[in-house]
Amino acid sequence: MGVTNTVLLWVLGVLALTGGVLVFTLNSMARVAFSLLGCLVCVGGVVTVLGLPYLGVVIVLMMVMEMVIMAVFMIAYMMNPAGLMPMSMVHNTRGALVISGAVLAALVAGIFLVPWPGRTGARPKDSTFQLGMSLMADQMLTMVTLGFVLLATMVGATVLATRRGRYDRFGDELDRRPAEDPAGGGVGR
Amino acid sequence: MVDAGKWWTLPVAPALLLGFAVLAVAGKTALDDRGAGRSVTPVGVLRPLLAVPRALVAQPRRLPASDRLLWRLGVVTVPVAAVLSTLVIPFGNHVVADLSVGVVWFNAMEVLTWAGLWLAGWGPNAAFSLVGGYRFLAQGLAYELPLMFALISAATGAQSLRVTDIAGAQHGLWYAVWMPFAFAVHLTGVLAFSFLGPFAYPAGRDIADGVLGETSGVDRLLLRAGRWLWLAAGAAMAVPLFLGGGAGPGLPAWAWSLVKTVLVLGLLVWVLRRLPALRADRYVELAWVVLLPAAIVQVLVPALVDLGP
Repeated sequence: MGVTNTVLLWVLGVLALTGGVLVFTLNSMARVAFSLLGCLVCVGGVVTVLGLPYLGVVIVLMMVMEMVIMAVFMIAYMMNPAGLMPMSMVHNTRGALVISGAVLAALVAGIFLVPWPGRTGARPKDSTFQLGMSLMADQMLTMVTLGFVLLATMVGATVLATRRGRYDRFGDELDRRPAEDPAGGGVGR
Repeated sequence: MVDAGKWWTLPVAPALLLGFAVLAVAGKTALDDRGAGRSVTPVGVLRPLLAVPRALVAQPRRLPASDRLLWRLGVVTVPVAAVLSTLVIPFGNHVVADLSVGVVWFNAMEVLTWAGLWLAGWGPNAAFSLVGGYRFLAQGLAYELPLMFALISAATGAQSLRVTDIAGAQHGLWYAVWMPFAFAVHLTGVLAFSFLGPFAYPAGRDIADGVLGETSGVDRLLLRAGRWLWLAAGAAMAVPLFLGGGAGPGLPAWAWSLVKTVLVLGLLVWVLRRLPALRADRYVELAWVVLLPAAIVQVLVPALVDLGP
């Protein structure tokens, strides 16, 4: 790894940590959400510098979408009205400190205790292809299973969260057309 | 990973993007003038540019309890992300940074506008602005997935995420010809992420300009410029993805890129004036029930063609 990459790695790492600290010190939900986003974008940068550009850029892509949507929900479900009052992200201070300290210690110990494999073969010019092969060849079953589990979870959560079912929309005999919806959709179902 | 372009591409790319954006604004004004029965003159169509000096000297508007840091951050993000997205877009034979994951880079930059516009809506501490920010997210959830699959269609066809590879893989037969649906979805997505025309819902007149409503001076200028810069960037990206990039008979590569980009931009400007505003709740159902399944089927086409020989 060249000097530029090492410097970049440290700068991104420090910025990510700063973002992480800000998450627990700022008092506005919007600012907290976006410092977490900044932290995760820096993590995406770290992954890119480490030679996995696809994963790095996808982390940025997914985290921006995810954090913006999450900010909406975090603000909507704050304890104070609309999340507009000053708030704190810290709850159960002592317990949280113990748990996070233990997790950090375990992770750091893992870095030093795991016997990392040595590099075999030359480094590929474009790691995206290798990444795809390792995810979609050997681990295909895992990915397919995970995909179905995620899909089932999303469908299940949506069904549980929706108050209205098909009998509310189409009537007791399921023969009411068009459906009775509080807001009409775009394709007139 | 990165084949760095020549040094002069770095200042030229944003300048070119700005040029296309100004051209789009002038084109829209020309069409507006013709529609209103005024004579179309070169000076007349550049009339909207008077807003630039006016915005620069305008007195900034102050609002009680606004979150100025986040507001400013959001406003700046929109045009900056548009400029950054052009790093990977080849123009003729030149590209600023030919990333191996160029398509994903473009998509990531485009998604940054989600954050930018929501922040621009949140910052001023005003109801209509915030409604505008939320509207863009609702719209984003509708347009983003079909757009992603449109980008994936082109990448699957070329078996590469590098934009120059995708442009080079279309020997004579443009992807727009045998993936017309992906092309159409991409153009729709361009209108949606530049929140113009039918997708101007987040800045709608019914909520007093929404995300734009409370901005003033340079902030307003940056946001409005961001819309047109995004329109230009999206049109420029459509050329290497679906129209064969700079390939063409006779003319040099840069000239073909120029002609194709201007044509796509012209089409977009014409369309955005013709269509009525779409509400996000209506568009989201169309996007998820019709566009998304069709976009997945569209990806299947290049996937099967790749498997074939």
